Amino acid sequence: MLEARDLACLRGERVVFAGLSFTIPAGAALLLTGANGAGKSTLLRMLAGLLRPAEGAVVWSGTDIAADPPAHAARLRYLSHQDALKPALTVAENLAFFAGLWGGAVGSALEAVALGGLAELPARVLSSGQKRRLALARLALAPAPLWLLDEPTTGLDAASVERLGPLLEAHRAAGGIVVAATHIPLPLPDARELRL
Amino acid sequence: MRAFAALLAREIRLALRHPADTLAAVLFFVLVASLFPFGVGPAPETLARLAPGALFAAALLAALLPLDRLFGADAEDGTLDQLLLSGLPRAGIAAAKALGHWITTGLPLLAATPVAAAMLNLPVEAWGAALAALALATALLSLLGTVGAALTLGARRGGVLLPLLVLPLAIPAVIFGAAAIEAAAAGLSPAPFLLLLGAGVSLALPLAPLAAGAALTSE
Repeated sequence: MLEARDLACLRGERVVFAGLSFTIPAGAALLLTGANGAGKSTLLRMLAGLLRPAEGAVVWSGTDIAADPPAHAARLRYLSHQDALKPALTVAENLAFFAGLWGGAVGSALEAVALGGLAELPARVLSSGQKRRLALARLALAPAPLWLLDEPTTGLDAASVERLGPLLEAHRAAGGIVVAATHIPLPLPDARELRL
Repeated sequence: MRAFAALLAREIRLALRHPADTLAAVLFFVLVASLFPFGVGPAPETLARLAPGALFAAALLAALLPLDRLFGADAEDGTLDQLLLSGLPRAGIAAAKALGHWITTGLPLLAATPVAAAMLNLPVEAWGAALAALALATALLSLLGTVGAALTLGARRGGVLLPLLVLPLAIPAVIFGAAAIEAAAAGLSPAPFLLLLGAGVSLALPLAPLAAGAALTSE
């Protein structure tokens, strides 16, 4: 269970959001929507523990995540709007690095995003949508209870967005939580929406 | 430990894919060393007198070259966020980066040391001491440089700031390293100076990754 208690975010002197509280039970999804600059990405970074909230706390199953950052890091997958790929490495090598961190099989994760045929190509020749899919393949590597997705569908074609459906569904069926910032509809049935 | 090995393996693999970066540092080292004969004249005694200091100045400057991209590249493409969430402690990330820098820059510089030493007319009996001293000094620079790279990450003109931070800290390495080579050239034992250099490395080995880890943020 992920809980936000009274979160506040300051950017310089400006208050981006304040007094933000919500609770996400296991298996549920939360969609973050709002105008550019509303603080969606910032909120995701706070939930990941990469950014300390100016006020309030992020709580996982009763414990403040600031109490044990490595334990929190181990239970989440964070997809930022950058794909975290090295252009010089092949598709498989890029993913193998993350498989080395978390475990999981590279081949099946690539199949999950339909990149199996491109495994030996250097990542630099991929289109931006394919790069995004390779970043999404990290989600299919090894299970983690919390997925934080920042605009996961940027650059994806309709078929790829659809392919995301089963991935998200399996994650939630296993009790996983999804928090996604998005501008377009995601294949996330009965997700709650939080408008920032 | 698994994450450490994965990160180190990736650093080395990336360096092998971009051999130009390593090659640039090595060529820079050899070129700077070869400027001295032009500047001070080709008299063998003068050159041999200058050789230890010149060798060290050239090697440390060359080892600095790739440092500003040590964390910068990862910060730009989002990899740093993933590393910070990898479960590896921040000091562990810094240690892997420092070791990676030494393997991909320090070791190639050592391989090129005989070329530079020959151009500076360093007596052959001092080459062993020169290699040992440079191995320790480049290791120290990799460790100190990682701290500098973490501190200047995200700073405007970080590439200029970094040498200003790191080089003053490397002065002891130059003093003891050059002294070791001079001792060996004069037929004395370089061991005392090498041991002092080694002490510096052992001090930096635990402290530098901790300091770099503390400076490492993605904000």
